[in-house]
Amino acid sequence: MRWFNTENHWGAISIAFHWLSALIIFWQFGFGLWMVELSYYDAWYHKAPDLHKSIGLLFLVLTLIRLVWRRNNRIPKPLISHTAREQKMAATIHYLLYLFLFTVMFSGYLISTADGRAVAIFNWVQVPATLHGVDKQEDIAGVVHLWLAVCLIILAVLHVLAAIKHHFFNQDRTLKRMLGL
Amino acid sequence: MKNYFTIATLLIMFIFAAPLQAAEYDIDTADAHATVQFKIKHLGYSWLTGRFNKFDGYFSYDEKNPDASKIEVNIDTASIDSNHAERDKHLRSKDFLDVSKFPTAKFVSTSFKEKGKNKALLKGKLTLHGVTENIVIELEHVGHGPDPWGGYRRGFAGSTMLTLKDFDITTDLGPASRQVEMFLAIEGIRRK
Repeated sequence: MRWFNTENHWGAISIAFHWLSALIIFWQFGFGLWMVELSYYDAWYHKAPDLHKSIGLLFLVLTLIRLVWRRNNRIPKPLISHTAREQKMAATIHYLLYLFLFTVMFSGYLISTADGRAVAIFNWVQVPATLHGVDKQEDIAGVVHLWLAVCLIILAVLHVLAAIKHHFFNQDRTLKRMLGL
Repeated sequence: MKNYFTIATLLIMFIFAAPLQAAEYDIDTADAHATVQFKIKHLGYSWLTGRFNKFDGYFSYDEKNPDASKIEVNIDTASIDSNHAERDKHLRSKDFLDVSKFPTAKFVSTSFKEKGKNKALLKGKLTLHGVTENIVIELEHVGHGPDPWGGYRRGFAGSTMLTLKDFDITTDLGPASRQVEMFLAIEGIRRK
């Protein structure tokens, strides 16, 4: 397997970005829903949000690098078996996945920094607040963060279903290609 | 002629009678000479304090008949401010105040008894989180008199203890944190 993408193959870096992102997205979603239900005396009451925020911020950095990588790599051509409509749908979903992902990450940052406090990555880097002090910022950002995360998961599930459809029904290389096979 | 005289007398009586009625005061929230604060124990080791930034209300007070005093205060529950946005977001949620469902808390007095030495006992109904409970507030009549800008002001301060469970707020913050102390300091400007 090559590092870079080629005309017909995803490179190792793109594949790694893809599967790591998938893992983090589903992890953050489940973990986020779990952590807000913790009781006050739970040992995870503070640890869980700290971890969620740290992973989220690192994921933001990772995704920015991913986009840079994407811009500097060729995108493998769609398979010949993909119809024009499928290509268009896939492109739209990919675009929305990125859009929702950034919105979810940024709104999460806006909750934690709503009063001007910094937000920490594992007690290691303090990310300062930028936009803050907007009336009810934490509430508005909170609603956006939750519901766009739900939309993101729905899109991701559609994306998975499409991959399964291509693999089992069309029996083409769509999924295999993302597995580097 | 006699009719005119009667009307004039009535009018004069009416005009002069007005100051004898209880004076009504609007709570000075515009210039923030009033505050609604709370404090609750954190784990039993320290105090957490906060306040409600938006509220309004009025009271009436008659020096000749202070026990006829009345007060009404409306509090915007979403204006809770504990100096930490994430905590305020949590306090506004269903776990605590549920402000989208219960945007206003209201206090309406039912009785007022002066006890001397500028102390008074105020009883009334507090509606919070959709539950109305009778509460008692120990008041201090802080002072009153003309202000330097042509108005007349009167101020009270008081506090009361609320049990969260009484108001259907059941999220457990630990055994030391089941009651919250409310402190109010209000200054009213007499209506003209």
